[in-house]
Amino acid sequence: MPQLIKHNAVSGDSWLTLALNEGETADSVALPAGDVIFPLAVWQARKTEIISCHKRIGLLLQPDNRVEDVAGDLDYFIVIAVNFPKFVDGRGYSTASLLRQRYHYQGELRAVGDVLHDQLFFMKRVGFDSFALKDGKNAEYAIDLAFTVFGDAYQGATTQPQPAFRRRA
Amino acid sequence: MYKYDAIDRQLINERVAQFRDQVRRWKAGELTDDEFRPLRLQNGLYIQRHAPMFRIAVPYGMMNAAQIRTLAHVARKYDRGYGHFTTRHNLQLNWPKIEDVPEILAELAEVEMHAIQTSGNCLRNITTDQFAGVASDEIIDPRPLAEIMRQWTTFHPEFAFLPRKFKIAISGTQEDRAVTWFHDIGLHLKQEDGQVGFTVIVGGGLGRTPIRGEVIRDFLPWQDILSYCEAILRVYNRYGRRDNAYKARIKILVQALGIEAFREQVEAEWAHGKGGPMTITQAEYDRVATHFTAPAYESVGAVELPADKAFQRWLERNTHAHKVAGYRAVTLSLKQHGIAPGDITSAQMEAVADLADQYSFGELRISHEQNIILADVKESDLHAIWQKAVAAKLATPNIGLLTGIICCPGGDFCDLANAKSIPIANAIQQRFDDLDYLFDIGEIDLNISGCMNACGHHHVGHIGVLGVDKNNDEFYQVTLGGRQGNDAKLGKVIGPSFSAQEMPDVVEKIIKVYLENRHADERFLDTFDRIGIDPFKNRVYEGRAHGKAKTAQKEAA
Ligand code: HEM
Ligand code: SF4
Repeated sequence: MPQLIKHNAVSGDSWLTLALNEGETADSVALPAGDVIFPLAVWQARKTEIISCHKRIGLLLQPDNRVEDVAGDLDYFIVIAVNFPKFVDGRGYSTASLLRQRYHYQGELRAVGDVLHDQLFFMKRVGFDSFALKDGKNAEYAIDLAFTVFGDAYQGATTQPQPAFRRRA
Repeated sequence: MYKYDAIDRQLINERVAQFRDQVRRWKAGELTDDEFRPLRLQNGLYIQRHAPMFRIAVPYGMMNAAQIRTLAHVARKYDRGYGHFTTRHNLQLNWPKIEDVPEILAELAEVEMHAIQTSGNCLRNITTDQFAGVASDEIIDPRPLAEIMRQWTTFHPEFAFLPRKFKIAISGTQEDRAVTWFHDIGLHLKQEDGQVGFTVIVGGGLGRTPIRGEVIRDFLPWQDILSYCEAILRVYNRYGRRDNAYKARIKILVQALGIEAFREQVEAEWAHGKGGPMTITQAEYDRVATHFTAPAYESVGAVELPADKAFQRWLERNTHAHKVAGYRAVTLSLKQHGIAPGDITSAQMEAVADLADQYSFGELRISHEQNIILADVKESDLHAIWQKAVAAKLATPNIGLLTGIICCPGGDFCDLANAKSIPIANAIQQRFDDLDYLFDIGEIDLNISGCMNACGHHHVGHIGVLGVDKNNDEFYQVTLGGRQGNDAKLGKVIGPSFSAQEMPDVVEKIIKVYLENRHADERFLDTFDRIGIDPFKNRVYEGRAHGKAKTAQKEAA
C-alpha cells in the first residue's frame, strides 16, 4: 500500500479508487458506495448518477486527461488524484499547475502512482498537498527532508506565485 | 561576470547536499538504479563506455580565472588531469567516480559552478555567442537575459520531467553564432521601434531528425520571454510524444501540428501567463546587467605588431574584431593537431587562468566550436600572449580553418557511437598539417559526429562527417554545404559512405575540387554554392564502382 503523506504526517486514507476490471466500461461499472475516486471517463459517463448518490466525490486524472475537459466540474470534487504512471512522465506537473493556477481548484490535490522522495519538492510547488508515496519507501525520511530540500526557488509556481526576482532585496 | 547573491548561493549549496543524499540512498539500495538515473543525469552524470562521464555547466560560456582553476584542480584530483569542452558550453570529464561527484560538486559550488541540468530530459544549459559583449556586430548583449533565463530554468518544478531534453540558445548579434536555428528554442535579440525583444524560433534540432527551426513569433518584448517560454514548454510538456524517445523532441511536435497550429496553442496558453508575475522587471534586468558592464578599458593608441610570420598567422586566425579600439578578442585553440578536439589538460587550464588574469580582466569564455576565448586583450599585449599560448600549446592558428574541427567523443568514449570520431579528426589534421596549405584553403568548417545524435554538429559543417554502422564496421558518411549562421542549413549527403582509411583522401579530393574551381576571394562554401555538389561527388567517387556497376562487379566476383 502506498503511504499517504498529508500535512507533513502519514495519514489514513478513506478513499477508494475505482478501477475498471476487464470487460467493464465506464457505462457499465457498478458504482461503489463510500468515498470514491472516479476515473475521468466514469465521471463523464455517470455524472448525474454519481452526484445523486455520493456526497464526497473524488476524481482521478491520467497524464493524457485534459484539465480543460473537466474544468466546469471542479466544485464537485473533494479530492483530485493525478496519476504518475512513471515518475519520469512529467505531465502531471502541468495538470496540477493548471488546476491550481488557472482553474483555482481548492480541494485536495493528490499525487498518486510512481510517487518518490525526490519529486516531492516539485510536486508540492506545483500545488499538490497530498502525496501517496510509493510502497516500500521511507515516509518518515521524506517528511523530514523531501519537502524542504530547497529553501527557496527562482520561478513563480502555485505555492509561491512571485518569482525570486520580485522578492529579491 | 554574474556573482551569486544569497539565494543563488543557498540553492547551489542545497543542491550539493541533495545530491550527496541521493548518492547515499542509491548506494544503500533505497533508490533503485532506475529511480537514481534521472537524478544523476540532472546532475550531469551518465554512464558510458569506460566509466561515468560528468558534465559541468559553464552557463552561456562565461567563466572567471578562479573557476577554470577549480576545473583544473577537479580534473586533476578526481579524473585523469584533463577535460573536454563540448559544443554546448559544458566541460565533460571522462573518468570520474560516482562516489566522488558530491565532493566535486561541493568544490565547484565554492566558485559558483555546478552541474545542474547538464543532461537528462530537462531544461539544459543556455548557450550564446562567445563574443557576447565585445562583438562589433552586437545589437544587444545577451548575457543578462541569459543569466535571468538560467535562473528560471534551474529546478523549474513544472518542467523537470519533459518528454526529452530541451536546449535554448540566444544570439544578440547581426550574424548568428549560436546555432539558434537548430535549438529547441532559438532566440534572436533585436530592436524594433526602439523596443528590445526577441524573434522566437522553435522546433529546431540536429540529431537523428535534423530540422531547422521555425519562427513562432517575430517580435516578443524581452520582458515577456519567461512567460512565453513557459507557454511553449507547457504545450510541449503536455503534448510532446512520450512513447518513443526518438520522436520526443519538440521539433517532432511542431512538425506534427504544423507551426500555425502549434503557434495557436502557444499563444492561447500565453494569453494566461502574459503580463503575470513571470514578466521580467526592469529592476531585475538592471540588477543582473550590472554584472556584465564593460571592464575598465584603457584608451590605447595604435600599436606596431611584429611581422613574424607565425605570429601574423595567429593574429589573422585567432584574434577577432573588438568593439573597443585598441582591443581584440583572442581564441585559444583547443584544436592542436593530434589531440582530441576540445580536450584540455589541467596544466593548460591553469595557463589559461593566468593569461586571463594577466591580459583579459580575469575572465574567459568557451565557444560552441570547443575553443577558449579571452575577450578583452589589448593589442599591445597580443605578442606576449601569443608567446605564452604557444608555450602552452594553445596557439594552433586554425580557427575557422579545416583542422579546427568540431568533434564529439565518438566511439572512444561514447556507448551510442557507430564509429570513432577522434581518430578521424586527427588523421585529417595530420594530412593537412602544412600551414601554408591550410591557410591557402581558407575558411571551412569540418564537423564530425560518431553517430546520428549529432553531438559534433556534423549537419551544419561545410563538410560534415557522420559515423555509420555497416555490418558492424565503422564507416563515414560525408555531407557538404551545411552551415551555421543566419542562413543555417543542413548539408547534403554526397553518396555512399567511406572507411576510416579513406577519409583523409576523401577530404583531400573535396578540397582539390574547391581549389581548382574557386574564383578569387571565394571561400569553400561560396564555390560549393556556385558549382553544386556534383563536381565533388564525381571526384570523390571517381574510379569507385557504385550503384549498378558495383552490383555487376559483385556478381562477377
Ligand atoms: C559521450 C557521451 C554523450 C552521449 C551519450 C550523448 C548523447 C546524445 C544524444 C542521445 C543526442 C540526441 C538527442 C536527440 O536527438 O534527441 C545528443 C545530441 C547532442 N549532443 Fe550529445 N552526447 C554525448 C556527448 C556530447 C558531447 C561531448 C557534446 C559536445 C561536444 C554533445 C553535444 C550534443 C549536441 C550539440 C547535440 C545535438 C543537438 C540536438 O540536441 O538537437 N554531446 N547527444
Ligand atoms: S554523436 Fe553519437 S557518438 Fe558522438 S558523442 Fe553523440 S551520441 Fe556519442
